[in-house]
Amino acid sequence: MTVLNLIVLLPILNALLIALGAPARKSAIISAWGQFVLTLIAFAGYDVARGGFQLRSAWDVAPAWDLSLQLGVDGLGLVMLLLTALVTLAAVYCTPKIEKRENLFYACVLLISAGAAGAFASLDLFFFYAFHELALIPTFLLIGVWGHGERQVAAWKITIYLAVGSIILLIGLSKLYLALPVGHRTFDMVKLLAHPGIIPAAAQPDIYIWLLIGFGILISLVPFHSWAPSAYASAPTPVAMLHAGVLKKFGLYGLIRLAIPLLPAGAQHWSNFLLILLVANILYIGLVTIAQKRLDLMLGYSSVMHMGYAFLGIAAANAVGVTGASLLMLAHGLSIAALFAMCGYLRQNAPSLAFTSLGGLAKRAPFLGYAFGMAAFASIGLPGFANFASELMVFFGAFGSGATKASLSFGPKQIATICALWGVVISAVYMLRAYRQMFQGEPLANTEDTKDPGCCVRWPVILLLAALFIGGVWPSSYLRYIQPSVEAMVGK
Amino acid sequence: MDTAQFIPWFILLNPLVAAALILFATRRNASVSVGISVISSLLGLVATVVSWLLPTVHSPVTWIHIGTLNISLGVSLDDLSKVMLIVVTGIGFLVHLYSTVYMEHDDARPRFFGHLSLFMFSMLGIVLADNFAMMFMFWELVGVSSYLLIGHWFTREAAGKAANKAFIMNRIGDFGFMLGILMLWATAGTLSFQGLHETNVTVFTQNPAYLTVAVLCVFCGAVGKSAQFPLHTWLPDAMEGPTPVSALIHAATMVAAGVFMLARIAFLVELSPTAAAVIAWIGGITSLLAALMATQQDDIKRILAYSTLSQLGYMVMAIGVAPHVSAEGHGGPAMYHLFTHAFFKALLFLGAGAVIHALHHEQDIWKMGGLLKKMPKTGRTFAIGTAALTGFPLLSGFWSKDSILAAASEYSTLLYLIGLFVAVLTAFYMTRLFVVAFLGEPRSDAAKHGHDGPAAMTIPLLVLAVLSVIAAYGTEEWFFEGHFHFSVALLATIAFAGGTGAAWVLYTGKTREPFALPLFRNKFYFDEIYGAIVSGTQDVLAYLANALDALLSGLVRVAGMLAWGAGFVLRLLQFGNVQGYAFIFGLGVVGLVYFIVFK
Repeated sequence: MTVLNLIVLLPILNALLIALGAPARKSAIISAWGQFVLTLIAFAGYDVARGGFQLRSAWDVAPAWDLSLQLGVDGLGLVMLLLTALVTLAAVYCTPKIEKRENLFYACVLLISAGAAGAFASLDLFFFYAFHELALIPTFLLIGVWGHGERQVAAWKITIYLAVGSIILLIGLSKLYLALPVGHRTFDMVKLLAHPGIIPAAAQPDIYIWLLIGFGILISLVPFHSWAPSAYASAPTPVAMLHAGVLKKFGLYGLIRLAIPLLPAGAQHWSNFLLILLVANILYIGLVTIAQKRLDLMLGYSSVMHMGYAFLGIAAANAVGVTGASLLMLAHGLSIAALFAMCGYLRQNAPSLAFTSLGGLAKRAPFLGYAFGMAAFASIGLPGFANFASELMVFFGAFGSGATKASLSFGPKQIATICALWGVVISAVYMLRAYRQMFQGEPLANTEDTKDPGCCVRWPVILLLAALFIGGVWPSSYLRYIQPSVEAMVGK
Repeated sequence: MDTAQFIPWFILLNPLVAAALILFATRRNASVSVGISVISSLLGLVATVVSWLLPTVHSPVTWIHIGTLNISLGVSLDDLSKVMLIVVTGIGFLVHLYSTVYMEHDDARPRFFGHLSLFMFSMLGIVLADNFAMMFMFWELVGVSSYLLIGHWFTREAAGKAANKAFIMNRIGDFGFMLGILMLWATAGTLSFQGLHETNVTVFTQNPAYLTVAVLCVFCGAVGKSAQFPLHTWLPDAMEGPTPVSALIHAATMVAAGVFMLARIAFLVELSPTAAAVIAWIGGITSLLAALMATQQDDIKRILAYSTLSQLGYMVMAIGVAPHVSAEGHGGPAMYHLFTHAFFKALLFLGAGAVIHALHHEQDIWKMGGLLKKMPKTGRTFAIGTAALTGFPLLSGFWSKDSILAAASEYSTLLYLIGLFVAVLTAFYMTRLFVVAFLGEPRSDAAKHGHDGPAAMTIPLLVLAVLSVIAAYGTEEWFFEGHFHFSVALLATIAFAGGTGAAWVLYTGKTREPFALPLFRNKFYFDEIYGAIVSGTQDVLAYLANALDALLSGLVRVAGMLAWGAGFVLRLLQFGNVQGYAFIFGLGVVGLVYFIVFK
């Protein structure tokens, strides 16, 4: 029994106990703390100098297919586990009072967390997929049953979309499996990564596009994004935090883990296609975000937009860009979780989330004014927070891709980088506009009852911001784990 | 770490510690917060004085190092940064001191001083940065602190708007700045100024068009930060911030960062005559447009703001007309003028602040009058500041302006004539301001009861007045090997006399504006034009994109309904039933089995 087994099992067991009648919120909080502490223990147990996959355990399920429940992490996996643990902890604390079937609600939340941790800790393709499904299923329920507004439409939309995405992904993974030479067929990612050239170049483009679209739907790659804003607007607070903060990162994680090392020729083949889509993510969705008039939808769209930067890092396909994309997974996850936490608080405590019905909140709720401002500044990539460092790496990685000293070929990646840089202006426009309308100006009379949150929302937000701040001031605190893993997959 | 390395790091980090202490610990205690901030600024000044005794120091720490990308945080204490340190910490300390009085009735003092310390940290980071990435980082941070300070009185609608405008205009400039940095890095393989200077000159000269584009992109950053045409419109609006902020950030230091940055990379500008020409002309145009706008403003702070724009235009022009002088010396005439201008413009702003403070936030010069008698210390120091700015012979502005005009005269006759004409206008609008606000009879109750502030307010004015007189003496050699140009000085003096005399004659005894020049008064309608562009492009595009997205998502919904049977799935979800999803998931597993087993 390794610490990773515990990290995955603990929330599942707690979810079971809660479903059977244990006090819901208390058990969930204990589970989240347990998961957080265990994650820290995993960090302590990981030997950075040795690198590679560690803390491994395996349980053979179907030896004939070389299928086993194999857990283990490298530096990248560890950081993703940290993201999961931090956002879970914050999400559980930020959960408002649940009126109906509270136990089922918390059980579902914990299952999401278990699925996420399991997916990031899996070293086996089959279980990576299975855990990812385990995490997604409860989100549909949570949105459909406990959501706000047009929850059923939103739940329906996200279910259809992500189910289709899952099937496409499944086809892609099956194709990948079948493309392996007979005798080398395995679900074992470690074995696969040990032979980067194992899939013939000719077969790669076909597999890559299935994976790209399968994962891309989950990451909300344009034009497969339209489930996301409505789902996040309707989702209960902890679900929006976990889904936008953690689950969306499965897709990026999968692309980085599988597509980049195993299918370089496929990535090359579809490079321009991906660049066009990701520029649409940044510029087109950026413009859509400007047009939003409600906080929840604005945050939903902004989260779609920021995925474009992560894709840009992946498209760069070099160590700088992919490391940047990996750090961005963490940074975006933490910042969007903090923003959704505060958005959820305002949903409960403000007259409405429409910008026009809010105003001068910084006077009514100074903490919120500060914390929201910081999270907003983080998300639009200002120095001091990890988002800046990661976006900087993405820009350098993508722009420098194909450049050799003393000569720069000005190709599609450079053009995409320039478009992405303009996105930085766009995000300043929508974030600052929203901030001004909500927090600045004279307080409106109808916000009289909107006060600062109590400690249950306050300190989780501080925790998330602190983790972002560490990465912004000293990126090496995370990069020392991420960078060697990425370099092992992409090359230096 | 030895002392030599400790000092610049201390200068950089000391205000950060102060800001953190204030914002996170002592926020509820106003006097402690103010004390921390003021002491920190004094320590910064002392450390700067110590730094002048040190040799050139360079101390880098690796921040991110992946493959070809090496970003370090490094402080570089050289001749250029030492001069800038004096300006930033010197004026910084005086402004902190002055703010203790100016802000004494503001309940949000701790927030103000916390942000002021944050600004000092960010600005000192730009000054000490030894590479482009670090400079960009702090470049963005001064943008944040400027945003926070302009928006200090955030409940005022105009303050929030001005803060946003400043930030977004700067981001537009930074779009180019970052692109320029990427372009330089991609070819040279280094981000450090030293590295760019030493090893890669040949790389650039082989591809002059590329270099020109890269330098002009970097210049965009300066256009934003130093509020040059066409991104100049944010600076006058930034006057919504408290006046000490205007003095420190929007007159003496942050807006000069663009000029400082150009001085840092003058060796690159020198390699591209085309880029240098664009820079020179942008500077010249800005100085002319802003001076014309200044002649018709009524708000005392806005007049000074347009004057700042105009003077920054001079400095930018000075980089463009003589990049080799800036590169070989330490900033050349541009930095020389930045240095003297910082003192007299800070003096003028703090003087204006003293007036505004005494007149209960009256900023219209036509509602002032007779203030020289009511506020003798403020009035006299303001007169000295005005004289220094307008080029009164032998004061500091006279010498530095002379060096810029001389450089322009060797470059282009037209730019030289523009520069001289701007000198006429400068004398004109400043004399107008002084005559209307400080001479004559008081024209409002507030003006009748004007009085000098306490010592913490007047001492900074006196110190700055002294510096405005003497700052140009013996300092020229810090920037370049110059010599006096008699003919230029003569023409500049005539320009000064002409402008001053005209305003004196036209405005003495007037109680309201005798001329209406709507074009100048309305700032050439830049705000209106930009507003139309934004609502004509960005807002329309955003609207269209949003409509398209709604359409797209509607189409998907219709398609989805046909494919899956909406009622079926909806009903399942309504009851919280997992079956619907399990069904789909099951389909997936069947697919997997099919692929593996049968294919």
